[in-house]
Amino acid sequence: MEELYAKFVSEKISKTRWRPVPPGSLQTAETFATGSWDNEENHVSLWSIGDFGNPDSDGSLEGDHRLLCDIKHHGDVMDLQFFDQERIVAASSTGCVTIFLHHPNNQTLSVSQQWTTAHYHTGPGSPSYCSAPCTGVVCDNPEIVTVGEDGRINLFRADHKEAVRTIDNADSSTLHAVTFLRTPEILTVNSIGQLKIWDFRQQGNEPSQILSLTGDRVPLHCVDRHPNQQHVVATGGQDGMLSIWDVRQGTMPVSLLKAHEAEMWEVHFHPSNPDHLFTCSEDGSLWHWDASTDVPEKSSLFHQGGRTSTFLSHGINHQANAHQSLTSSWLSTDPAKDRIEITSLLPSRTLSVNTLDVLGPCLVCGTDAEAIYVTRQLFS
Amino acid sequence: MEELDGEPTVTFVPGVNSKKKQMCFDWGPGELLVCETSFNNKGKSEMVPCCPFIYIIRKDVGVYSQILRKLFNESHGIFVGLQRIEEEFTGKSRKAQLVRVSKNYRSVIRACMEEMHQTTIAANDPASGRQFSSQVSILSVMELIWNLCEILFIEVAPAGPLLLLLLDWVRLHVCEVDTLSADVLGSENPSKHEGFWKLVTVLVLQGRLDEARQVLSKEADANPPSAGMCRVLGDLMRTMPILSPGNTQTLTELELRWQHWHEECGRHLQDGTFASSPPLESLCKVMLGDEAALLAHKDLLSNWYHFLVTRLLYSNPTVKPIDLHFYAQSSLDLFLGGESSPEPLDNILMAAFEFDIHQVIKECSIALSNWWFVAHLTDLLDHCRLLQSHNLYFGSNMREFLLLEYASGLFAHHSLWQLGVDYFDCCPELGRASLELHIERIPLNTEQKALKVLRVCEQRQMTEQVRSICKILAMKAVRNNRLGSALSWSIRARDAAFATLVSDRFLRDYCERGCFSDLDLIDNLGPAMMLSDRLTFLGKYREFHRLYGEKRFVEAASLLLSLMTSQIAPRSFWMTLLTDALPLLEQKQVIFSAEQTYELMRCLEDLTSGRPARAEPDAQRLEEDDVETTKVEMLRLALARNLARAIVREGSLGGS
Repeated sequence: MEELYAKFVSEKISKTRWRPVPPGSLQTAETFATGSWDNEENHVSLWSIGDFGNPDSDGSLEGDHRLLCDIKHHGDVMDLQFFDQERIVAASSTGCVTIFLHHPNNQTLSVSQQWTTAHYHTGPGSPSYCSAPCTGVVCDNPEIVTVGEDGRINLFRADHKEAVRTIDNADSSTLHAVTFLRTPEILTVNSIGQLKIWDFRQQGNEPSQILSLTGDRVPLHCVDRHPNQQHVVATGGQDGMLSIWDVRQGTMPVSLLKAHEAEMWEVHFHPSNPDHLFTCSEDGSLWHWDASTDVPEKSSLFHQGGRTSTFLSHGINHQANAHQSLTSSWLSTDPAKDRIEITSLLPSRTLSVNTLDVLGPCLVCGTDAEAIYVTRQLFS
Repeated sequence: MEELDGEPTVTFVPGVNSKKKQMCFDWGPGELLVCETSFNNKGKSEMVPCCPFIYIIRKDVGVYSQILRKLFNESHGIFVGLQRIEEEFTGKSRKAQLVRVSKNYRSVIRACMEEMHQTTIAANDPASGRQFSSQVSILSVMELIWNLCEILFIEVAPAGPLLLLLLDWVRLHVCEVDTLSADVLGSENPSKHEGFWKLVTVLVLQGRLDEARQVLSKEADANPPSAGMCRVLGDLMRTMPILSPGNTQTLTELELRWQHWHEECGRHLQDGTFASSPPLESLCKVMLGDEAALLAHKDLLSNWYHFLVTRLLYSNPTVKPIDLHFYAQSSLDLFLGGESSPEPLDNILMAAFEFDIHQVIKECSIALSNWWFVAHLTDLLDHCRLLQSHNLYFGSNMREFLLLEYASGLFAHHSLWQLGVDYFDCCPELGRASLELHIERIPLNTEQKALKVLRVCEQRQMTEQVRSICKILAMKAVRNNRLGSALSWSIRARDAAFATLVSDRFLRDYCERGCFSDLDLIDNLGPAMMLSDRLTFLGKYREFHRLYGEKRFVEAASLLLSLMTSQIAPRSFWMTLLTDALPLLEQKQVIFSAEQTYELMRCLEDLTSGRPARAEPDAQRLEEDDVETTKVEMLRLALARNLARAIVREGSLGGS
């Protein structure tokens, strides 16, 4: 973490996402998208960290990220996902879901498709409708799933004008995030501490499985699935706790890890190196969790700013230890054996770190202090 | 009240004719609402169409500049770091830290200035170009003042080093010389370039004698007759004693050596060494600190503080801080020469040279368009313990007053309010109250934003605000028919009254539809159920349904009964509960014991006897009554039969 580039961008960043590299290519990440929130006029922007061989005409420093193009976005950008190489799906606080298309030739963005009333409230006894923020979106070409404060789940297809499937009142509280589990199953987290698994093959608006935190019903804000082991899921909550779940067994988390001091806004497994996990929080911190077991002397190694985790509860699958080699290091529940090493990635605490994304050796994060941080040497 | 410090500025509102019509206004946190009334100047109302708009007038337009936002955000980080210095550093390292912080602030201003400058060049319409370039000049003035304050108040440089710092200050802000230098030295024949002597003079005026010597050597090469003179002057430049940081010589030694050098310069001038070359002679006079010679280069000095520093350099290089204001005043007078009067910037710098911090801050507050500068500078000076004694006749001390103003400005902005929070935190007296008032007024369009606001309140134990925000969100949810959400929010706010209201809505919906909505929430209430009686009832009643659904009839029955006997169930709901008991009474096996049946009967009698007789029954009510009576009779029958069965069963059990 030698080089961490910061750039102030004059708008609060709510989401950042790396553009996926084409499968099988040797390219590294060089373009990312950001979305802003709480501005009079919000934007979806594309940035490049490439072209550092020749300094830019506008005099920005080497290694600095520079703006490729941006487009106005109506309402706060609540979530952002790359649909494919050229298309970005944005969720808006106005309940609208938009697909933006990037034209690399003249570096512009345009609206390619829009579902303006994807999420809405129905008032008591009146047919008039009022928009509800769309809080989360997830893509798996050609499908797009969105969730919102109205507790509704929508399934869209890029080539269909109307929603392919809508589950009204899927949740009585606000749905905060969504992810694909195994096609066609999705997993949502809500504001009363529940994980729900939905199977689009089933009709009706009942989830196929509900998992929940016991006790205080702490809202869950983010969710990510292990890239290789599809039953392993990480969630982050309002109290800053990181929970690891095994959706195959039990209805409670396998482990609860004390982490941040305020809302955890995003959690991401590293896509190609899933023993590494990244979290960011309202308290202004960005953490790197390293659970790789191939460093024998790890328990004595602490980076500056790091801390060890405390296992608060050791779930229910002690028998899983028998298959240590097969299960993920995240599911092991022996605190003495597997210490997770945590490193804080940002030099000083500022306002909330709302978002992060990792791809290969690159990490990008965006804050309420209107700065975007990028590093290209995550594991050096 | 003190008298006014300056004439208030007049802002014209386009479209409003204040000569004809009376205007009305209302104060906002950082803004003003202005509109035309229907009254004319004589106070009479007339039906003439007037300006149909309400105007929002903003005091601090700088806040809305995209580039200045970077300044606000970046300096916020520095500000927060500075507040922690108190506990982390003491003594010498503390001062070093404060200087470092000051330099950080300045580098942020400079970065901003640089970007603004780029934008000015790129701007394609002249109006916005003008606007940007005026911002650039404001920023550069800010940096100039800040830098001087840093030298005088934060570094507190003693005699000797003081002048070196002042020289750096002048060099940093009079920077045309670098382009001129590149221009002249880049030309084919530098000594013939029209700017050649200008360049040498400017370098000498700025005390950059090594560079001046090098440039002069070009003249010596190109013009052999004057080579001798150039060498002599070059030697004078080389031998001028200056204080270097690593040198251990004392100030007295330096003064002595400087005096010798000064006399040598004077001798050369008297001997007429440079008599044949006017430019060289003029340079020599400058190096003697000759005021007339210096003032002859007024255009190259460009301003009086440059004149001051140059004059000190060549006449009194070991000036004491205490004497500075004397030289400053006379330099200003000499430089302006009675032709023009001092401008606000001159007054500010003069106040700084007089070490009158309060005057500096006051003049800056009047002259600059936003509070960013004075708030941050005052805070930094306060950390240097320079402002402790000063109290205002209103509010708290000056630092707090300025921080409050700045933070209120941030809160008036739709997006920068998060920065304002930390500034309010640093105001011990009025910060919290101000934050409480501002935070409640932030528009909450998404739950995510609400959560951020709530986090701010919860971290500061602002329970009243937490309640109010949760209530707003709960109300919104009810309006949007999101009862589950509404209940969650009222549980978070521990708002029993609202939880009761929402529970009633749930029960009403149940009575209408015969099934519960939002089971995922009601089934998982946990300890939150105890928030209000009605909520407890809702949770327990749902539990009854679950037990019944699971065919755990005995448990279901005793739960149902306890709901009534413990008075948790609202009276109006008893009939529904009793009706729910009906299928249990009709089961094959006996579920309610004799004692429980008595209780049920008592409940039923309580309910029916308490009803007032109706005076004039109409047709519909008769029908309703009819249904009711049938229901009651059915219940009585079922209860009686159950009682009989229970007695028989209990009797046989007791007998065996």
